[in-house]
Amino acid sequence: MAASETSIAGNDPRQADPVGAKRRPAAGPWATAFRKLVHDKAAMAALLVFILIVIGCSFASYYASHVAHTFPFSSNLQGKIVIDGVEQQIIAPSTEGLGLGSTPIGPTWKLQGYFLGADDQGRDVFARMLYGGLNSLWIASASTVICLLFAAVLGVTAGFFGGVADAAISRIMDVIWAFPIFLLAISLSIVLINSSINIGPIVIRAGSLWLPIFIIGIVYVPYVARPIRGQVLSLKNSEFVLAAVGLGVPSHRILWKDILPNVATTLIVFVPLMMALNMVTESALSFLSIGVQPPDASWGTIIQDGQNLLYSRPMVALAPGIAIAVTVLTLNVFGDGVRDALDPRSKLRIGGD
Amino acid sequence: MLNTLIRRLIQMVFVMFGISVIVFLIFFATPGSDPSARIAGRNASPEVLAAVRKDFGFDRPLYVQYGLMMKKLLVTFDLTSFQNRGQKVIPQLVQATPVTLSLVIGGAILWVIGGIGVGLAAAATRGSVIDRGLMILGLIGISMPVFWLGSVMNLITQSRFHDTWMFSWVPALGYKPLLESPWEWFKTMLIPWISLAILYIGLYGRVLRASLIEANEEDYIRTARSKGLTETRIMLRHALRTSLITFVTLFGLDFGALVGGGALLTEVVFGLQGVGKLTYDSLKSLDLPVILASVIYASFFVVGANFVVDMAYAILDPRVRGR
Repeated sequence: MAASETSIAGNDPRQADPVGAKRRPAAGPWATAFRKLVHDKAAMAALLVFILIVIGCSFASYYASHVAHTFPFSSNLQGKIVIDGVEQQIIAPSTEGLGLGSTPIGPTWKLQGYFLGADDQGRDVFARMLYGGLNSLWIASASTVICLLFAAVLGVTAGFFGGVADAAISRIMDVIWAFPIFLLAISLSIVLINSSINIGPIVIRAGSLWLPIFIIGIVYVPYVARPIRGQVLSLKNSEFVLAAVGLGVPSHRILWKDILPNVATTLIVFVPLMMALNMVTESALSFLSIGVQPPDASWGTIIQDGQNLLYSRPMVALAPGIAIAVTVLTLNVFGDGVRDALDPRSKLRIGGD
Repeated sequence: MLNTLIRRLIQMVFVMFGISVIVFLIFFATPGSDPSARIAGRNASPEVLAAVRKDFGFDRPLYVQYGLMMKKLLVTFDLTSFQNRGQKVIPQLVQATPVTLSLVIGGAILWVIGGIGVGLAAAATRGSVIDRGLMILGLIGISMPVFWLGSVMNLITQSRFHDTWMFSWVPALGYKPLLESPWEWFKTMLIPWISLAILYIGLYGRVLRASLIEANEEDYIRTARSKGLTETRIMLRHALRTSLITFVTLFGLDFGALVGGGALLTEVVFGLQGVGKLTYDSLKSLDLPVILASVIYASFFVVGANFVVDMAYAILDPRVRGR
């Protein structure tokens, strides 16, 4: 709700207690929204699952070194493992057909090692999934921050100042908006695949996680900046801002006190939804091997690793996909809850392509 | 109306120009490496490098280079690959286009039917178990990565259940031309269509439900109800009709984006040699001219599709024209 309306909310006759019981000052919009969110059972359950996933992934290095005793970033083709007293090769020669090729070990369902089996490099898939989850979560969050930051600055500038700034920003947004995201990412990564890039003081090395972070962050800027520009435009013409203008309030104060608090709620609504979208995009880029680069892992790269093993060891590709789907689902459900709590009228579109 | 048309046309040309400049800068003017080495691909001989440098005018000013690139793409259509020596790029793209169109059009038919079905069923049973179930299923559909869903579909239909009566009809992966045998074409495309459509059924079902429920609060629906019309008639003839405006706009944007590269993941997973797969394979072999051409054409297609959507919107809803 509009922050500037809060100062008069306490005097609003609709909010006053009709029975005339003890009058308390009305809660602020943030407190109201927070209370509404906490009572939203689906959103809270989703948040809980999401936090559990984050905590689980943050145990990645502990799990790898202290429980499974593997190093999931180097291949382990000759390794052996003892299961129920029987020694087994991690990469066993195929027994079917002509006996050519080899098959990695399947899921042992034991946390002591190879819980979900090995990939064709003999690496522990479960340990890689924990590490990969950290990367996926990090990329999704960092690109969300970048996207919202750019979108807020550009959207508010375009909407509030109008004129030349608006025209220039809107045209640039049109161009980025029309760019097919995977093709843009393919173009960028084929150019940057073997070389680093210097943008002023920032140096991005080939294979750095910052590359997918920036690509994902920037391609979705118009997605957020456009609604924000529209919101700022309509706020500028709303009565409480016109009143402030009439009272002679300087425009930087209107921007800080009247416009930005309202934009902030929109941005917060976007956070979980953009994280969900970015996570799916990251996995797609990594699946196309233009996101996270080996030996680093992300849920998308593990699905890619599992493609050749799809029919023999399907768990390698299945498990990270389930992890993505569950994480994105929790973010979408929680995002729905946040939106209902903060801005029930908005019609943001969730999900993406 | 004519004014809107002209203004949007100018805007469209501007956006296309902007895209071509960005692509040019990415491919030819990134600092740090020699663009001719990039175009020529791996292990190119000095003669090839020199030929590329002359062909693309890398010893001349940037605007000449830009002009040469655009001329190769849009005037003479003679962009050639150096990775596969002498292979013309644009015929390759033209050949791949029917595959992408088959995939996206078929998927689109499925998701429009599915999306309207889900949206109507959920809005009609608002608050019930059916409504809640459909919305949760839709959300799950939105949350699954499409390439993973495609892999799961392959696992089920090509391997695990391929020998049962359910999926023994599924042909091996790969594209069969429609004109050669329509029935084989249909059988190969059905599973990819379903995989592509599931995300959008979830998305459109949710959007349509929300907009139907919103329409239900409007005055004209109350009028229809007070006239004594049946609920079915109100839903189909009155509420659905207005809600379809949003639906049509979204559809145009998504359809354009899918043809312009968005269907790449589905093509890769199902081994369909469409434009997306061609671009992906060129990425693997570092065949830059193919990527250059497909990026330009695909994004121009997206811009064109957005233009058509805007014009359709202006025709459907006269209020937009004044803007």
